[in-house]
Amino acid sequence: MTLDRAKVASVAELARLAINDDELSDYQQALNDILALVDQLQGVDTSTVEPLANPLDATQRLRADVVTEGNQREQLMSVAPHAEGGFFLVPKVID
Amino acid sequence: MLPTTLVELSRGLARGDFSSRELTQHYLDRIKQLNPSLNAFITINEGQALQAAAAADESRAANNATAMTGIPIAVKDIFCTRGIKTSCGSRMLDNFIAPYESTATAKLQQAGFISLGKTNLDEFAMGSSTETSFYGPTANPWDISRVPGGSSGGSAAAVAADLVPAALGTDTGGSIRQPASFCGITGLKPTYGRVSRWGMIAFGSSLDQGGPLAKSAEDAALLLNAIAGFDERDSTSMNRPVEDYSALLQQSIRGLKVGLPVEYFSDQLNDGIRESVHNAAKELEKLGAELHEVSLPRTDLAIPAYYIIAPAEASTNLSRYDGVKFGYRCAAPENLSDLYRRSRAEGFGAEVKRRIMLGTYALSAGYYDAYYRKAQQLRRLIKQDFQATLAEVDVILGPTTPSTAWQLGEKNADPVAMYMEDIYTLAVNLAGLPGLSIPCGFAAGLPVGLQLIGDYFSEARLLNIGHQLQTVTEWHLQTPKT
Repeated sequence: MTLDRAKVASVAELARLAINDDELSDYQQALNDILALVDQLQGVDTSTVEPLANPLDATQRLRADVVTEGNQREQLMSVAPHAEGGFFLVPKVID
Repeated sequence: MLPTTLVELSRGLARGDFSSRELTQHYLDRIKQLNPSLNAFITINEGQALQAAAAADESRAANNATAMTGIPIAVKDIFCTRGIKTSCGSRMLDNFIAPYESTATAKLQQAGFISLGKTNLDEFAMGSSTETSFYGPTANPWDISRVPGGSSGGSAAAVAADLVPAALGTDTGGSIRQPASFCGITGLKPTYGRVSRWGMIAFGSSLDQGGPLAKSAEDAALLLNAIAGFDERDSTSMNRPVEDYSALLQQSIRGLKVGLPVEYFSDQLNDGIRESVHNAAKELEKLGAELHEVSLPRTDLAIPAYYIIAPAEASTNLSRYDGVKFGYRCAAPENLSDLYRRSRAEGFGAEVKRRIMLGTYALSAGYYDAYYRKAQQLRRLIKQDFQATLAEVDVILGPTTPSTAWQLGEKNADPVAMYMEDIYTLAVNLAGLPGLSIPCGFAAGLPVGLQLIGDYFSEARLLNIGHQLQTVTEWHLQTPKT
């Protein structure tokens, strides 16, 4: 499977990464090189194999739906690039 | 002359041979002297460390000290340390002061360790050489023109150069074991779920595990005792009591069945490494172990499986870096889309972006089954191979890496060339098994590491074997000239 430039551009959009035309060619090359490596998997018969998500085949642990962490809003927002009055500020989204 | 191991330092402090303040000052002086050429540390916590050392001495005077009270340590800059810069080796978090403490580092503090600082790493733990760090590469203390390995290269170099007696690292595809091997020290990746990942910045959530880098298996056991344990806050943490990882160290390995996979000793393997590993295996035989030939037929497939799964999980984990809640934000964003796209493009380095792109593609509609799901199926087959082999033998033994430390810059032109160097370590993360790397010799003057892979939660057994080898060999006692 090789990627064309349009595909690379659409992946960059999904990943929310700005890339210019020069970079696009570099990514195309790099991704195609890596995909050539990973395409080895296609030759292996896995028709009867269940995918393994957790290496110990552990299932998600559940807990009671109660609050266990205290409110640390000020502290956790202290690292925000732009925050005010308990809100994270971003460029206007709604017209 | 101060001792250099956790065991000896603990004894020395207990006997009053030296104080924690003296010890801390000694290591801080060494860091000041050697860090400029090694670049092992991103942040050095001089003030806090000396304060903590003074407090440790007071505790000791009041008979309130434990074995590790007042012993310096270093922490890979991927663990959130409250009030201290936590960069993950990236411009994206260059301005990030962690607002909370990771479970692993909180446990180190509870055990009495004193963190001297945060060590360098490949950006977001993605790499095998510590060259992708925003803060520049770390040098290998054995030869400063060479890489220390990665991604925990800073921690490995710091321990090898005696800037600290031990350090915390993380391992997603070999990032503790490989730098331990390149730097001639001992490194352990615990079983998945053994050490809490809460506060340990996520790269590949089904692969990541924190663990010790130290001068010996004996020391690694002490560090594992401190950091292991169930954590409510980590949903993948296994609810299993913490055994004493030092308890089995002295056990005889007579009758131990050691499997050497034929695939790990192919013609591609560096002859010097092959010889060192075989010699170490013979030492185990002299101690009464039985060597058996085994086969792990899908060894080669670990690379493609890993390089789909890890980037896929990374693409999801790194989607939180959006310039909004923390971390780097681009200047003068025109709109929200521009904010995201440019903050991420400018905040992340090239390797990280490559992996995000690859992972995004592998998970995207129409490709998920062919790539991610396929890789997860391969993952189960790889796990099954290990389980079948570990039913026949007690432990698997092989080289940690196919090469010794390469020159800085040598493998940067082709990312795939570096990926191939992870061949012996990746599968262990895919299966979630524990893996220990210990020094077993030198090839052309550079350290060689041997890897032991055990069954789930068999860390005590692995450390036992490592320790027994270290009682009859002296590779782990060698230090670089610094």
